[in-house]
Amino acid sequence: MADVIPYNREEKSAQPSSLYLPYKSTEFRAPKQPLVILPHTLSEVTGPVYGHGRMLPVDADLTKQHAGEPLGERIIVSGKLLDENGRPVPNTLIEIWQCNAAGRYIHARDQHPAPLDPNFSGAGRVVTDAKGNYKFTSIKPGAYPWRNHPNAWRPAHIHFSMFGPSFINRLVTQMYFPGDPLFAFDPIYQSITDEKARERMVSRFDMDSTIPEWALGYKFDIVLRGRNATPMEH
Amino acid sequence: MSKQRFGQTPSQTVGPFFHFGLPYEGDSNLITGDAQGQRIVVEGKVMDGAGEPVPDVLIEIWQANAAGKYDHPEDTQDKPVDEGFHGFGRCATDKEGVFRFQTVKPGTVPGPGNTLQAPHLVTFVFGRGMLKQLLTRIYFEDEAHNANDPVLGLVPDARRATLIARKTNSSAYTLNIVLQGEGETVFFDY
Repeated sequence: MADVIPYNREEKSAQPSSLYLPYKSTEFRAPKQPLVILPHTLSEVTGPVYGHGRMLPVDADLTKQHAGEPLGERIIVSGKLLDENGRPVPNTLIEIWQCNAAGRYIHARDQHPAPLDPNFSGAGRVVTDAKGNYKFTSIKPGAYPWRNHPNAWRPAHIHFSMFGPSFINRLVTQMYFPGDPLFAFDPIYQSITDEKARERMVSRFDMDSTIPEWALGYKFDIVLRGRNATPMEH
Repeated sequence: MSKQRFGQTPSQTVGPFFHFGLPYEGDSNLITGDAQGQRIVVEGKVMDGAGEPVPDVLIEIWQANAAGKYDHPEDTQDKPVDEGFHGFGRCATDKEGVFRFQTVKPGTVPGPGNTLQAPHLVTFVFGRGMLKQLLTRIYFEDEAHNANDPVLGLVPDARRATLIARKTNSSAYTLNIVLQGEGETVFFDY
Protein backbone atom coordinates (compact mmCIF):
# COMPACT_ATOMS: atom_id res chain seq x y z
CA MET A 1 0.00 0.00 0.00
CA ALA A 2 1.27 3.46 -0.93
CA ASP A 3 2.19 5.84 1.83
CA VAL A 4 -0.51 8.23 2.87
CA ILE A 5 -0.66 11.93 2.02
CA PRO A 6 0.02 13.79 5.24
CA TYR A 7 -1.83 16.88 6.42
CA ASN A 8 -0.06 20.14 7.21
CA ARG A 9 1.36 20.35 10.69
CA GLU A 10 0.00 22.60 13.38
CA GLU A 11 0.52 26.32 12.65
CA LYS A 12 2.42 27.03 15.86
CA SER A 13 1.62 30.74 16.05
CA ALA A 14 -2.10 30.04 15.62
CA GLN A 15 -2.34 27.39 18.31
CA PRO A 16 -2.06 27.72 22.08
CA SER A 17 0.60 26.10 24.23
CA SER A 18 -0.77 23.44 26.54
CA LEU A 19 0.77 25.34 29.44
CA TYR A 20 -0.43 28.94 29.74
CA LEU A 21 -0.24 29.94 33.37
CA PRO A 22 -2.63 32.92 33.25
CA TYR A 23 -5.24 30.17 32.67
CA LYS A 24 -4.67 28.46 36.02
CA SER A 25 -6.16 25.05 35.25
CA THR A 26 -3.42 24.42 32.69
CA GLU A 27 -0.86 24.13 35.50
CA PHE A 28 -1.46 20.45 36.30
CA ARG A 29 -2.96 19.38 32.99
CA ALA A 30 -0.22 20.28 30.52
CA PRO A 31 2.37 17.58 29.72
CA LYS A 32 5.90 18.35 30.92
CA GLN A 33 7.66 15.79 28.75
CA PRO A 34 8.39 16.74 25.14
CA LEU A 35 5.75 15.62 22.64
CA VAL A 36 6.87 12.83 20.32
CA ILE A 37 6.68 13.95 16.69
CA LEU A 38 4.27 11.66 14.86
CA PRO A 39 4.37 11.26 11.07
CA HIS A 40 0.82 10.86 9.78
CA THR A 41 -0.12 7.26 9.05
CA LEU A 42 -3.32 5.66 7.80
CA SER A 43 -4.57 5.87 11.41
CA GLU A 44 -4.39 9.67 11.41
CA VAL A 45 -5.54 10.52 7.88
CA THR A 46 -8.71 8.48 8.28
CA GLY A 47 -11.45 9.34 10.74
CA PRO A 48 -15.17 9.10 11.44
CA VAL A 49 -16.82 10.53 8.35
CA TYR A 50 -20.02 8.52 8.40
CA GLY A 51 -22.80 7.77 10.80
CA HIS A 52 -23.46 10.96 12.71
CA GLY A 53 -27.07 9.92 12.94
CA ARG A 54 -30.10 11.62 11.51
CA MET A 55 -30.19 15.41 11.82
CA LEU A 56 -33.45 17.15 12.61
CA PRO A 57 -34.10 20.81 11.84
CA VAL A 58 -34.35 21.60 15.58
CA ASP A 59 -30.78 20.33 16.01
CA ALA A 60 -29.62 23.47 14.20
CA ASP A 61 -32.23 25.81 15.71
CA LEU A 62 -31.61 26.21 19.42
CA THR A 63 -34.63 28.52 19.74
CA LYS A 64 -37.04 25.73 18.74
CA GLN A 65 -36.09 22.95 21.13
CA HIS A 66 -38.75 23.70 23.75
CA ALA A 67 -42.42 24.68 23.92
CA GLY A 68 -41.70 28.40 24.18
CA GLU A 69 -39.18 30.91 22.87
CA PRO A 70 -35.96 31.43 24.83
CA LEU A 71 -35.17 34.89 26.18
CA GLY A 72 -32.39 36.92 24.60
CA GLU A 73 -31.21 38.39 21.33
CA ARG A 74 -32.04 36.01 18.49
CA ILE A 75 -28.98 35.37 16.28
CA ILE A 76 -28.15 33.44 13.14
CA VAL A 77 -24.59 32.16 13.04
CA SER A 78 -23.46 30.92 9.66
CA GLY A 79 -20.25 30.41 7.76
CA LYS A 80 -18.05 28.04 5.86
CA LEU A 81 -15.86 25.21 6.99
CA LEU A 82 -12.67 25.38 4.89
CA ASP A 83 -9.17 23.98 4.81
CA GLU A 84 -6.00 26.06 4.57
CA ASN A 85 -6.17 25.95 0.77
CA GLY A 86 -9.63 27.47 0.85
CA ARG A 87 -11.29 24.23 -0.17
CA PRO A 88 -14.71 23.69 1.42
CA VAL A 89 -15.08 20.81 3.88
CA PRO A 90 -18.45 19.25 3.01
CA ASN A 91 -20.65 16.74 4.86
CA THR A 92 -18.98 16.96 8.22
CA LEU A 93 -20.41 17.30 11.70
CA ILE A 94 -20.29 20.54 13.68
CA GLU A 95 -21.47 20.45 17.29
CA ILE A 96 -22.05 23.58 19.36
CA TRP A 97 -22.89 24.35 22.97
CA GLN A 98 -23.34 27.60 24.86
CA CYS A 99 -24.84 29.26 27.93
CA ASN A 100 -28.12 31.18 27.84
CA ALA A 101 -28.64 34.94 27.47
CA ALA A 102 -28.11 35.43 31.21
CA GLY A 103 -24.74 33.67 31.15
CA ARG A 104 -25.90 30.38 32.72
CA TYR A 105 -25.22 26.89 31.38
CA ILE A 106 -27.72 24.10 31.76
CA HIS A 107 -25.14 22.08 33.68
CA ALA A 108 -25.23 20.86 37.26
CA ARG A 109 -21.75 22.19 37.93
CA ASP A 110 -22.58 25.74 36.81
CA GLN A 111 -23.37 27.55 40.03
CA HIS A 112 -23.47 31.10 38.60
CA PRO A 113 -26.54 32.71 40.26
CA ALA A 114 -28.12 33.77 36.98
CA PRO A 115 -31.46 32.34 35.91
CA LEU A 116 -31.86 29.20 33.84
CA ASP A 117 -34.18 29.53 30.87
CA PRO A 118 -36.73 26.70 30.65
CA ASN A 119 -36.90 27.28 26.92
CA PHE A 120 -33.20 27.03 26.22
CA SER A 121 -30.81 24.08 26.47
CA GLY A 122 -27.94 25.45 24.41
CA ALA A 123 -26.70 22.45 22.40
CA GLY A 124 -26.94 22.02 18.65
CA ARG A 125 -25.50 20.06 15.74
CA VAL A 126 -25.44 20.41 11.99
CA VAL A 127 -23.72 18.78 9.02
CA THR A 128 -22.01 21.09 6.50
CA ASP A 129 -23.54 21.10 3.02
CA ALA A 130 -21.75 20.21 -0.23
CA LYS A 131 -20.06 23.64 -0.25
CA GLY A 132 -18.97 23.53 3.39
CA ASN A 133 -21.71 25.89 4.57
CA TYR A 134 -23.39 25.62 7.94
CA LYS A 135 -26.02 27.66 9.79
CA PHE A 136 -27.34 27.76 13.35
CA THR A 137 -30.14 29.81 14.88
CA SER A 138 -29.70 30.61 18.56
CA ILE A 139 -29.72 33.42 21.08
CA LYS A 140 -26.68 35.49 21.97
CA PRO A 141 -24.95 33.93 25.00
CA GLY A 142 -24.18 36.14 27.99
CA ALA A 143 -20.82 36.77 29.63
CA TYR A 144 -20.33 34.91 32.92
CA PRO A 145 -17.97 34.95 35.89
CA TRP A 146 -15.47 32.20 36.67
CA ARG A 147 -12.90 31.65 39.39
CA ASN A 148 -9.64 31.81 37.49
CA HIS A 149 -8.63 35.11 39.13
CA PRO A 150 -10.42 37.86 41.08
CA ASN A 151 -13.32 39.33 39.09
CA ALA A 152 -12.75 37.02 36.14
CA TRP A 153 -15.39 37.02 33.39
CA ARG A 154 -15.54 35.03 30.18
CA PRO A 155 -16.43 37.01 27.07
CA ALA A 156 -19.60 35.75 25.40
CA HIS A 157 -18.78 32.68 23.31
CA ILE A 158 -20.18 29.62 21.61
CA HIS A 159 -18.21 26.35 21.76
CA PHE A 160 -17.65 24.75 18.33
CA SER A 161 -16.51 21.16 17.70
CA MET A 162 -15.52 20.04 14.19
CA PHE A 163 -14.57 16.69 12.65
CA GLY A 164 -13.47 17.17 9.02
CA PRO A 165 -12.10 14.59 6.58
CA SER A 166 -9.65 12.92 9.00
CA PHE A 167 -9.15 12.51 12.75
CA ILE A 168 -6.12 14.84 12.44
CA ASN A 169 -8.53 17.63 11.47
CA ARG A 170 -10.41 17.37 14.75
CA LEU A 171 -10.81 20.87 16.18
CA VAL A 172 -12.62 22.33 19.16
CA THR A 173 -12.69 26.10 19.45
CA GLN A 174 -14.80 28.96 20.75
CA MET A 175 -16.51 31.61 18.64
CA TYR A 176 -16.53 35.12 20.08
CA PHE A 177 -18.54 38.24 19.23
CA PRO A 178 -16.95 41.38 17.75
CA GLY A 179 -15.85 44.19 20.02
CA ASP A 180 -16.23 42.36 23.33
CA PRO A 181 -14.66 44.52 26.10
CA LEU A 182 -13.68 41.35 27.99
CA PHE A 183 -11.17 40.15 25.39
CA ALA A 184 -8.27 41.99 27.03
CA PHE A 185 -8.93 40.29 30.38
CA ASP A 186 -9.65 36.73 29.25
CA PRO A 187 -6.70 34.29 29.50
CA ILE A 188 -8.43 31.68 27.35
CA TYR A 189 -8.84 34.14 24.47
CA GLN A 190 -5.36 35.58 25.12
CA SER A 191 -3.78 32.10 25.12
CA ILE A 192 -3.48 32.61 21.37
CA THR A 193 -0.56 34.99 21.51
CA ASP A 194 -0.57 35.98 17.83
CA GLU A 195 -3.11 38.78 17.45
CA LYS A 196 -4.05 37.96 13.85
CA ALA A 197 -4.63 34.31 14.70
CA ARG A 198 -6.61 35.27 17.81
CA GLU A 199 -8.95 37.39 15.75
CA ARG A 200 -9.82 34.36 13.62
CA MET A 201 -11.98 33.27 16.55
CA VAL A 202 -14.08 36.44 16.44
CA SER A 203 -17.22 36.32 14.31
CA ARG A 204 -18.25 39.38 12.33
CA PHE A 205 -21.62 41.05 12.32
CA ASP A 206 -23.23 40.54 8.92
CA MET A 207 -26.12 42.62 7.66
CA ASP A 208 -26.69 40.30 4.68
CA SER A 209 -27.63 37.36 6.90
CA THR A 210 -29.54 39.57 9.34
CA ILE A 211 -33.25 38.93 8.94
CA PRO A 212 -35.41 42.08 9.18
CA GLU A 213 -37.50 42.23 12.34
CA TRP A 214 -36.27 38.80 13.38
CA ALA A 215 -32.58 38.03 14.05
CA LEU A 216 -29.04 39.44 13.87
CA GLY A 217 -26.59 37.69 11.55
CA TYR A 218 -23.03 36.74 12.49
CA LYS A 219 -20.50 35.11 10.14
CA PHE A 220 -17.87 32.69 11.38
CA ASP A 221 -15.63 30.79 8.95
CA ILE A 222 -13.56 27.96 10.37
CA VAL A 223 -10.29 26.78 8.85
CA LEU A 224 -9.02 23.22 9.38
CA ARG A 225 -5.62 21.90 8.36
CA GLY A 226 -5.15 21.30 4.66
CA ARG A 227 -2.64 19.30 2.67
CA ASN A 228 -0.59 19.86 -0.41
CA ALA A 229 -2.00 17.09 -2.55
CA THR A 230 -5.35 15.39 -2.82
CA PRO A 231 -5.78 11.64 -2.65
CA MET A 232 -6.94 9.80 -5.75
CA GLU A 233 -10.67 9.95 -6.35
CA HIS A 234 -12.46 6.65 -6.11
CA MET B 1 -7.01 26.28 -7.54
CA SER B 2 -6.46 29.31 -5.34
CA LYS B 3 -2.94 29.69 -3.98
CA GLN B 4 -4.16 31.79 -1.09
CA ARG B 5 -3.41 30.25 2.28
CA PHE B 6 -6.03 30.52 4.97
CA GLY B 7 -4.77 30.51 8.54
CA GLN B 8 -5.81 27.69 10.84
CA THR B 9 -8.53 28.49 13.34
CA PRO B 10 -7.01 28.31 16.84
CA SER B 11 -8.01 25.61 19.31
CA GLN B 12 -9.73 26.50 22.59
CA THR B 13 -10.60 24.40 25.62
CA VAL B 14 -13.86 22.44 25.74
CA GLY B 15 -14.25 23.95 29.23
CA PRO B 16 -16.08 22.34 32.16
CA PHE B 17 -19.56 22.36 30.65
CA PHE B 18 -19.30 20.21 27.51
CA HIS B 19 -21.40 17.42 29.01
CA PHE B 20 -24.68 18.60 27.54
CA GLY B 21 -23.09 19.30 24.14
CA LEU B 22 -20.81 16.42 23.21
CA PRO B 23 -21.66 13.09 24.89
CA TYR B 24 -24.55 11.13 23.41
CA GLU B 25 -26.33 7.95 24.36
CA GLY B 26 -24.22 4.89 23.66
CA ASP B 27 -21.18 6.97 22.73
CA SER B 28 -18.68 4.73 24.51
CA ASN B 29 -19.97 1.51 22.93
CA LEU B 30 -18.47 1.22 19.46
CA ILE B 31 -20.31 -1.98 18.65
CA THR B 32 -23.33 -0.81 16.71
CA GLY B 33 -24.38 -4.10 15.18
CA ASP B 34 -23.18 -7.62 14.60
CA ALA B 35 -19.50 -6.64 14.71
CA GLN B 36 -16.79 -9.14 13.80
CA GLY B 37 -13.88 -9.84 16.10
CA GLN B 38 -13.07 -10.10 19.77
CA ARG B 39 -15.23 -7.90 21.99
CA ILE B 40 -13.18 -6.10 24.59
CA VAL B 41 -13.48 -3.45 27.28
CA VAL B 42 -10.81 -0.76 27.45
CA GLU B 43 -10.83 1.28 30.61
CA GLY B 44 -8.62 3.50 32.67
CA LYS B 45 -8.35 6.53 34.85
CA VAL B 46 -7.19 10.00 33.86
CA MET B 47 -4.80 11.60 36.37
CA ASP B 48 -3.38 15.12 36.56
CA GLY B 49 0.01 16.46 37.63
CA ALA B 50 -1.15 16.82 41.22
CA GLY B 51 -1.92 13.09 41.32
CA GLU B 52 -5.67 13.72 41.33
CA PRO B 53 -8.19 11.92 39.13
CA VAL B 54 -9.63 14.15 36.41
CA PRO B 55 -13.43 13.97 36.43
CA ASP B 56 -14.09 16.36 33.56
CA VAL B 57 -12.24 15.25 30.46
CA LEU B 58 -13.60 13.75 27.29
CA ILE B 59 -11.80 10.88 25.58
CA GLU B 60 -12.36 10.11 21.91
CA ILE B 61 -11.04 7.04 20.13
CA TRP B 62 -10.75 6.07 16.46
CA GLN B 63 -9.73 2.61 15.37
CA ALA B 64 -9.71 0.01 12.63
CA ASN B 65 -12.12 -2.92 12.69
CA ALA B 66 -11.08 -6.46 13.57
CA ALA B 67 -9.79 -7.02 10.03
CA GLY B 68 -7.54 -3.95 10.26
CA LYS B 69 -9.69 -1.79 7.97
CA TYR B 70 -10.69 1.81 8.66
CA ASP B 71 -14.20 2.78 7.65
CA HIS B 72 -12.95 5.68 5.53
CA PRO B 73 -12.52 6.27 1.77
CA GLU B 74 -8.73 6.67 2.05
CA ASP B 75 -8.31 3.16 3.40
CA THR B 76 -7.98 1.37 0.06
CA GLN B 77 -6.85 -1.98 1.49
CA ASP B 78 -8.62 -5.03 0.15
CA LYS B 79 -10.20 -5.84 3.51
CA PRO B 80 -13.88 -5.86 4.48
CA VAL B 81 -15.70 -2.91 6.05
CA ASP B 82 -17.82 -4.10 8.99
CA GLU B 83 -21.41 -2.86 8.91
CA GLY B 84 -21.67 -3.36 12.67
CA PHE B 85 -18.57 -1.39 13.52
CA HIS B 86 -17.49 2.07 12.40
CA GLY B 87 -14.62 2.74 14.80
CA PHE B 88 -15.42 5.99 16.61
CA GLY B 89 -16.22 6.34 20.32
CA ARG B 90 -16.48 9.06 22.92
CA CYS B 91 -16.48 8.86 26.72
CA ALA B 92 -16.59 11.56 29.38
CA THR B 93 -14.73 10.56 32.55
CA ASP B 94 -16.84 9.96 35.65
CA LYS B 95 -16.39 11.44 39.14
CA GLU B 96 -13.42 9.15 39.74
CA GLY B 97 -11.76 10.09 36.46
CA VAL B 98 -12.63 6.75 34.89
CA PHE B 99 -13.36 6.12 31.21
CA ARG B 100 -14.57 2.86 29.74
CA PHE B 101 -15.10 1.77 26.12
CA GLN B 102 -16.78 -1.32 24.77
CA THR B 103 -15.26 -2.16 21.43
CA VAL B 104 -13.55 -4.87 19.39
CA LYS B 105 -9.84 -5.48 19.24
CA PRO B 106 -8.60 -3.77 16.08
CA GLY B 107 -6.49 -5.61 13.52
CA THR B 108 -3.06 -4.55 12.33
CA VAL B 109 -2.94 -1.68 9.82
CA PRO B 110 -0.24 -0.55 7.38
CA GLY B 111 2.40 1.89 8.57
CA PRO B 112 4.93 3.99 6.67
CA GLY B 113 6.91 2.11 4.03
CA ASN B 114 6.33 -1.60 4.35
CA THR B 115 5.82 -1.56 8.08
CA LEU B 116 2.84 -2.91 9.94
CA GLN B 117 1.27 -1.05 12.87
CA ALA B 118 0.27 -3.14 15.86
CA PRO B 119 -3.40 -2.95 16.90
CA HIS B 120 -4.05 0.43 18.53
CA LEU B 121 -6.67 3.04 19.32
CA VAL B 122 -5.96 6.61 18.21
CA THR B 123 -6.90 8.62 21.29
CA PHE B 124 -7.69 12.29 21.87
CA VAL B 125 -8.06 13.85 25.32
CA PHE B 126 -10.08 17.07 25.68
CA GLY B 127 -10.70 18.95 28.92
CA ARG B 128 -10.98 22.02 31.03
CA GLY B 129 -7.48 23.42 31.50
CA MET B 130 -6.48 21.93 28.15
CA LEU B 131 -6.30 24.66 25.53
CA LYS B 132 -5.85 22.05 22.83
CA GLN B 133 -6.57 18.36 22.76
CA LEU B 134 -3.77 15.89 23.41
CA LEU B 135 -3.13 12.98 21.04
CA THR B 136 -2.00 9.61 22.32
CA ARG B 137 -2.47 5.93 21.40
CA ILE B 138 -3.59 2.86 23.28
CA TYR B 139 -1.83 -0.40 22.36
CA PHE B 140 -2.40 -3.90 23.84
CA GLU B 141 0.23 -5.80 25.81
CA ASP B 142 -0.56 -9.19 24.30
CA GLU B 143 0.31 -8.21 20.71
CA ALA B 144 3.54 -9.54 19.21
CA HIS B 145 3.47 -6.77 16.59
CA ASN B 146 4.20 -4.17 19.28
CA ALA B 147 7.89 -5.09 19.00
CA ASN B 148 8.07 -3.78 15.43
CA ASP B 149 5.47 -1.04 15.56
CA PRO B 150 6.86 2.06 13.77
CA VAL B 151 5.18 4.53 16.14
CA LEU B 152 6.16 2.75 19.36
CA GLY B 153 9.63 2.74 17.82
CA LEU B 154 9.66 6.55 17.96
CA VAL B 155 9.03 6.55 21.70
CA PRO B 156 11.93 6.35 24.18
CA ASP B 157 12.09 2.85 25.70
CA ALA B 158 11.47 4.04 29.21
CA ARG B 159 8.19 5.73 28.27
CA ARG B 160 6.76 3.11 25.91
CA ALA B 161 4.78 1.35 28.64
CA THR B 162 2.62 4.46 29.04
CA LEU B 163 0.99 3.57 25.71
CA ILE B 164 0.39 -0.13 26.31
CA ALA B 165 -2.78 -1.33 28.04
CA ARG B 166 -2.44 -4.25 30.45
CA LYS B 167 -4.70 -7.24 30.10
CA THR B 168 -6.81 -7.68 33.22
CA ASN B 169 -8.86 -10.66 32.04
CA SER B 170 -9.59 -12.45 28.78
CA SER B 171 -11.53 -9.50 27.38
CA ALA B 172 -10.52 -6.43 29.36
CA TYR B 173 -7.61 -4.04 29.16
CA THR B 174 -6.67 -1.15 31.38
CA LEU B 175 -4.45 1.89 30.86
CA ASN B 176 -4.32 5.09 32.87
CA ILE B 177 -3.76 8.37 31.10
CA VAL B 178 -1.44 10.60 33.11
CA LEU B 179 -1.55 14.18 31.87
CA GLN B 180 1.56 15.27 33.73
CA GLY B 181 4.25 14.11 36.15
CA GLU B 182 5.46 10.67 37.15
CA GLY B 183 4.45 8.10 34.56
CA GLU B 184 3.33 10.86 32.23
CA THR B 185 1.63 9.43 29.15
CA VAL B 186 3.38 9.93 25.84
CA PHE B 187 1.55 12.54 23.80
CA PHE B 188 2.25 13.25 20.16
CA ASP B 189 2.96 16.37 18.15
CA TYR B 190 0.96 15.69 15.04
